[in-house]
Amino acid sequence: MTFQAFRFDPIELPPAAQALRKEVRAFLQDNAASLGNRRDYDQAFSRRMAERGWIGMTWPKQYGGSERTAFERYVLIEELLAAGAPVGFHWTADRQSGPNILRYGTDEQKDWFLPRITRGELSFCIGMSEPDSGSDLAGTRTRAVKVDGGFRINGSKLWTSNAHRADYMILFCKMAEAGQDEVDRHAGATQFLVDLKNSPGIEIRPVINLLGEHHFNQIFLTDLFVPDNRLFGEIGNGWRQVSSELAFERRPDRFLVLFKLLVEMVRVAGPNPDRATAAALGKLVAQLATLRRMSLSIAGMLQEGLQPLTEAAVTKDLGTRYEQDLPIVARQLFPAEPELEAVDTYVSMLARGTMNAPRLSIQGGTREILRGIIARGLGLR
Amino acid sequence: MRDETRMLLESMGRLFEDHCTKQVADAAETGVFPDALWHAVSETGVPLAALPESAGGADAEWSDLFAVLRVAGRFAAPIPLAETMLAAWVASAAGLEVSEGPMTVGPVRADDRLTLERDGNGWRLSGRASRLPWAAQAGQVVLITDGPDGEMVVMFGDGVEGAVPSPGRNMAGEPRDTYRFDGLGLAGNVVAPVGPGVNRAALYRRGALARAVMMAGAMERALDTAVAYAGERKQFGRQIGKFQAVQQQLAVMAGQVAAAGAAADAGVEALSLDDPAMQEFLVAIAKTRVGDAATLASEIAHQVHGAIGFTKEYSLQLSTRRLWSWRDEFGGEMEWAAKVGGFVCARGADALWPTLTDG
Repeated sequence: MTFQAFRFDPIELPPAAQALRKEVRAFLQDNAASLGNRRDYDQAFSRRMAERGWIGMTWPKQYGGSERTAFERYVLIEELLAAGAPVGFHWTADRQSGPNILRYGTDEQKDWFLPRITRGELSFCIGMSEPDSGSDLAGTRTRAVKVDGGFRINGSKLWTSNAHRADYMILFCKMAEAGQDEVDRHAGATQFLVDLKNSPGIEIRPVINLLGEHHFNQIFLTDLFVPDNRLFGEIGNGWRQVSSELAFERRPDRFLVLFKLLVEMVRVAGPNPDRATAAALGKLVAQLATLRRMSLSIAGMLQEGLQPLTEAAVTKDLGTRYEQDLPIVARQLFPAEPELEAVDTYVSMLARGTMNAPRLSIQGGTREILRGIIARGLGLR
Repeated sequence: MRDETRMLLESMGRLFEDHCTKQVADAAETGVFPDALWHAVSETGVPLAALPESAGGADAEWSDLFAVLRVAGRFAAPIPLAETMLAAWVASAAGLEVSEGPMTVGPVRADDRLTLERDGNGWRLSGRASRLPWAAQAGQVVLITDGPDGEMVVMFGDGVEGAVPSPGRNMAGEPRDTYRFDGLGLAGNVVAPVGPGVNRAALYRRGALARAVMMAGAMERALDTAVAYAGERKQFGRQIGKFQAVQQQLAVMAGQVAAAGAAADAGVEALSLDDPAMQEFLVAIAKTRVGDAATLASEIAHQVHGAIGFTKEYSLQLSTRRLWSWRDEFGGEMEWAAKVGGFVCARGADALWPTLTDG
């Protein structure tokens, strides 16, 4: 019996995608000043992308999309990430919030949100994790109660990247009457589209990360009122919806976070490295080339309308391992005392790589959760 | 995948499953050539299928042949199938007539040298071809040598006087025999210049790719075996596959197996590229990545099996001993990774991304 749980079919990029690559590179060249900075959130940059139809590019034209293929989106994303483009403003909306609104939103919601996202006007953040509910999303404690004309919500969200800047959050919570059902832990799960900038009852406090940066936040929701027309999907259908959202989130586009460190390693190695150095770099390049190929196969499956959950988990798990190896190998090959603000790009990238490494196998599904998904794909659970 | 390819692989899978029994594998390790298996494979025409129809082949796609090698690797088929395909390719391209039967090809090691000198109407062969697969059991031996005016192909068959290899074996018990020639006399009709597209480097690349593809198959088998075992074996009152510690290990292994398959596919696709340097780069990536995966996948497959996997009786070792052997044949990961690294460093840091994406 041949093992068939995972599928990584060979894919050849269609000519339209390779043509787009040239366009994207020209665009990035024109915007060189915006690239490679630690500032990742830049609405002006996102608007320039929007002018070209590069936000929500696979969505229907009816909602401001360009109806491009998954392959074209794949090429756009990898070019942006490899260049260190500041994609933070539109990233979450483009990757998961928009696609999920397209799938579960009402006509009014699609009409209102999607064109604004594609114009680079609306940014989103993810309202999933809580103080007592990280990987175990079903343990969410935030509760919604039906009231006249809408819902009243109380609770707290944590690790919410960019909540202090985003316009909207897709909130995951439960209906209050659901209680703590030990039999069906997914019962009563419900999502809402929360206007973060114009709603009383929302307090956002910064959580500074170990690099000293403000990305994370804790959000306190106190008698937050959400009108009926911002209920997202159906009451009680939240678990299915959030699983779909996570599937979008886990598309493995994350092995290029530290690509610039690899580039700098090649630069430091020079044109004629010794054999051991060449081999160590070669092993990293071989991993990266293989990850790209696997990622491209996944784009192929998305284009066919499939949901490659296990394949995405496999690729993300391998991708984070590869990225976490980058600073480890770098230190062995080219020792330096890393410093974030160093003038030498290699030295500063080594610091960024070292300090960012831990988050890579936590965000978007921890290594342990991903491996659980893979084990399920193997039929072990 | 084309329908023809799918049908070919299904029928070859059945053939290998029927013939590659534990008994056949064990006997092959004691020196008994699996004639029935070879005969069955030979009857399909696969070993010589890449040759033009005029030379007794079927003009088959190399991608199909490599796909068959992956299946052969999955079933640990103890025959020189890759070697015969490659030997026939080298010999036929040089205009030498190929007959049916197992063949071997070389040199298979980068540091071996063979030289050919004129001697009247014939030739004299000197040098070393070490660890040739199945050389003692191959009906014909095809070697690429350095001649006075460039690379020359030499082909000789059973019973050539002075051509007796000294036996050796890899860790899987597969014959790896070494020839030393000291002016071996050869008639003019068994020597010819290399054909178009054929040279030592190209042979070495295809050999490395064959091993990469076979390893991808062997890893798929090891994963099947480990997952099945984890679902059967009970300890502490439940299947060991229900323990998260074991699940996480198998998930890691599955990732390595998936990466190996993808890397091997990429290497096979590279064969159709015109640029030999780019071809070498992509094959080097394949051999490097698959070899690295083989190390981790073998380790986890054994860990999941516990003591039973360490026995000769249980079949896991048919896959893992091959993985440990094949990863070093036609150059190990360090050799090929150094080529990958050397290639990107020579092009420079700013060319890295275009090199990876502009294929």
